[in-house]
Amino acid sequence: MNIIIVGAGEIGSHLINLIAEEGHNIIVIDSQQKAIEAVTDNYDVKGIVGSGASQEILQEANVFNTDILIAVTPSDEINILSCLVAKHNNVKHVIARIRNPEYSNQNQFFHELGLNMIINPELETANKIAELLLFRGALKINNFASEEIELVEIKINKDSPIIGRPLKEIFKQFPTKILICAVERNEKAIIPDGSFILKEGDKVHFTVSVNKLTEVFKQLNLFKSHCKSAMIFGGGKTSFYLAKKLIENNINVKIFEANIHRCEELSYALDNVVIINGSISDESLLKEEGIDKVDALIALENRDEDNIIISLYAKDIVPKVITNLNRISLENILYTFGLETIISPKSIIANKIIHYISLISDDLTTKIQTFYNLINNQVEVSEFYISTKTEFTNKTFKELKIKPNVLVANIIRNKEVLIPNGNDSIKPEDTIIVVSTNKIHNLEDIFN
Amino acid sequence: MNYKTVFRAIGKILRLEAAFLLLPLVVSIIYKEEHLYLAFIIPLLLAFILGTILTTVIKEKAKIYAIDGFAIVSLSWIMISLFGSLPFIISGEIPNFINAFFETVSGFTTTGASILDNVESLSKGLLFWRSFTNWIGGMGILVFVLAFLPTTNLKSINILKAETTGPQIEKIVPSTRLSTRILYSIYIFLTILLMILLLFGGMDIFDSVTLGFSTAGTGGFSINNESVAAYNNVYFEIVITIFMFLFGINFNIFYLILIRQGKLTFKNQEIKWYLGIIIIAIIIITFNTLTIYNNLATALRHSSFQVMSMISSSGFTTTNYNLWPSLSKWVLILLMISGGCAGSTSGGVKVSRISILAKSIYNDTKRLLHPQRVSTVKFEGRAVEKDTINGIYTFIALYFSIILIGTLILSIFDNFDLLSNLTAIISALGNTGPGLNIIGPMNSFNTYSSFSKIFLTLIMLAGRLELIPILMLFSPVMWKRI
Repeated sequence: MNIIIVGAGEIGSHLINLIAEEGHNIIVIDSQQKAIEAVTDNYDVKGIVGSGASQEILQEANVFNTDILIAVTPSDEINILSCLVAKHNNVKHVIARIRNPEYSNQNQFFHELGLNMIINPELETANKIAELLLFRGALKINNFASEEIELVEIKINKDSPIIGRPLKEIFKQFPTKILICAVERNEKAIIPDGSFILKEGDKVHFTVSVNKLTEVFKQLNLFKSHCKSAMIFGGGKTSFYLAKKLIENNINVKIFEANIHRCEELSYALDNVVIINGSISDESLLKEEGIDKVDALIALENRDEDNIIISLYAKDIVPKVITNLNRISLENILYTFGLETIISPKSIIANKIIHYISLISDDLTTKIQTFYNLINNQVEVSEFYISTKTEFTNKTFKELKIKPNVLVANIIRNKEVLIPNGNDSIKPEDTIIVVSTNKIHNLEDIFN
Repeated sequence: MNYKTVFRAIGKILRLEAAFLLLPLVVSIIYKEEHLYLAFIIPLLLAFILGTILTTVIKEKAKIYAIDGFAIVSLSWIMISLFGSLPFIISGEIPNFINAFFETVSGFTTTGASILDNVESLSKGLLFWRSFTNWIGGMGILVFVLAFLPTTNLKSINILKAETTGPQIEKIVPSTRLSTRILYSIYIFLTILLMILLLFGGMDIFDSVTLGFSTAGTGGFSINNESVAAYNNVYFEIVITIFMFLFGINFNIFYLILIRQGKLTFKNQEIKWYLGIIIIAIIIITFNTLTIYNNLATALRHSSFQVMSMISSSGFTTTNYNLWPSLSKWVLILLMISGGCAGSTSGGVKVSRISILAKSIYNDTKRLLHPQRVSTVKFEGRAVEKDTINGIYTFIALYFSIILIGTLILSIFDNFDLLSNLTAIISALGNTGPGLNIIGPMNSFNTYSSFSKIFLTLIMLAGRLELIPILMLFSPVMWKRI
């Protein structure tokens, strides 16, 4: 597909990193030569220096033959304008990042203007964090493209009802089915079978249908401690959206922000939220405001370094710490420091866009839609959409012989989530979730 | 550098060279030159076996970083020249290794300087191989790999940067592979068109193929002692002049014409400069040599051919310009230094560098007069970044340092007159071919000592790969693992 990406910043380059190897023709436009050089040196893309909203530059980028334009510059207005210019040049799909809260209520209007998708990283991040807080027992909740299913990571504590006995036996008594995809024990990944016995301290990844999430959490005894109060560090846009969302769910929110003007703006925009003018470096202030009594702490400062510091400080005092990282991609190191819940807006957004791209590209019979690396890249979870008939459809798994270290975890058919057994088969228009310790690119990698 | 990736890439190139060696083998079979069969088969097998060993033993497919890109390019060029010189040695037609290596490097770098006093004595197979090295070296052997061979990691832009000419590379389409494929297709098309036009004019098929190859690569290897003058045919000279002009312009322009964006060509500043330089040079030389030829038409004929031959760094000759007045000779030397456009097969400094340099100097003088004045250098409708300008200053300073110091080194080995030594370096560095005085159009480089020949091969390689890759071979940093 011919793709134009306007803006080679954090999200733009992360997106290129994820899709460059898939054979798309990607043209990147950015006004900074340095930014263009950084992407053209590393990826097989063409770079153009200039404004992505200019008709001349877009013509140079061959806009007439473009399937999708993604505008992710720091400026909402340039993003909107370049989408409009592209739309005028008959580009079918245009995606804009629009993040100013002042525009956040007029998505309908933007759609009427022709924008196919609007992404608001701050809002998406806030929603994600809110979800994590509401399901506080989970370390991570990852969404798939088919919105019926989620990938949840939990840590097994000593009073969990699923330890000590083989999984087969335990799940017989469970009314709602879940499928454990992978278990992390002593930093090693295990894909468990029915006779596997969980121990305290294991980290378990499982897939579950979205509308059964509450039920499953009840079964697993994860709802015991409901989150009642949260502290947010940094008063940016994400904090604004998050605070709003948490207040709606009756969670008490305290926001720390160093800039007094921003504090005033926030206090004007948000009711029932305590805004504290102070910085993370003031320990006595943190104590005074009750950092040791709060249920959750969310680090949303601008600088990643600040977020890491405050999270490291709080991880032994606060039950749930969520760290937001904008740039730093050192997640693995931070896990070893004990920061378990790390949120990265750029991957949230990139995944969303990749999903959109995979939906509109119909030249492939099978497509990876979503894709997660778990447990230090030892395990891969991928979501495939089976668009047409292949030699693998309508044959039972027993006949097909699934390769070792590969697990077909779920089949999503007609918006219903199934946990397959040997007698099931895949059909066109199914979505399947596959867990594996190898790299999986297509169906040939799954079946013998 | 990462030795594993570099050696693996060299293995790939050697296997490719083995495939290329099939062509002259076929030619020698056609002309029944049986003594040449082994001369081509042995290097072919050697290159194939060594290449296969390198590519099968080393499995690593790591990412190619800038330093690896430079190392791959410079070392592969040396390796292909080594293997490419074997046919000359084994056949016994150029028995001396240094001479054979000089001839091959001169071929691949599209210099076209020869150590042969009597080119016509070579067998047809070897003459074909010589011209073919011109053609393959013109566009670049690694670019060929990028375009046509299945590779995973060699797609790296760092290789393209090291082998293509000009201060900045601009891909015409997002995919590197497709870009290089388009460029190579244009190259192949133009070459075939040229050969057909020569054939149409009544040239012998072997002559038109070999001349076609060496014109396309702007190499300048000829199968006649007297170069193009041997044909004494105005039609051939006009066709070759036009094609030397075409192969001296940026190939991206042909793509623009191909996709019907040809009107953008008229906005291209580099072409305007290129044309401007050519026209001025032709006017000066035509009037300056009127006294010799006594005829405006003849003077125009020789001056335009010679000007195109020098600026495109081909090095074909139709006349003995050693007899020209000093002014004309100096113009030729300046043209050798200038070279054609970026992204073409020509050598030299490149017109785009010269015009950006000129604009930048003009800009700086303006700033001296008005210290607070802010002005940017614009080229091709864009502001040129400070880093790019800096790179161009460095390149040009290096280029002239090499000319000056190179002449000094050459004079240590060979006490010829200064103009000969100076033009030997300028012509080797600009990949032109002939120089002046003792290495003029009627002479060869054979008069130089072995040391000088080795030194000149390095200069030719440095010129073709635009200095940095070859200079880096002498830096200890290059050879360290980290």
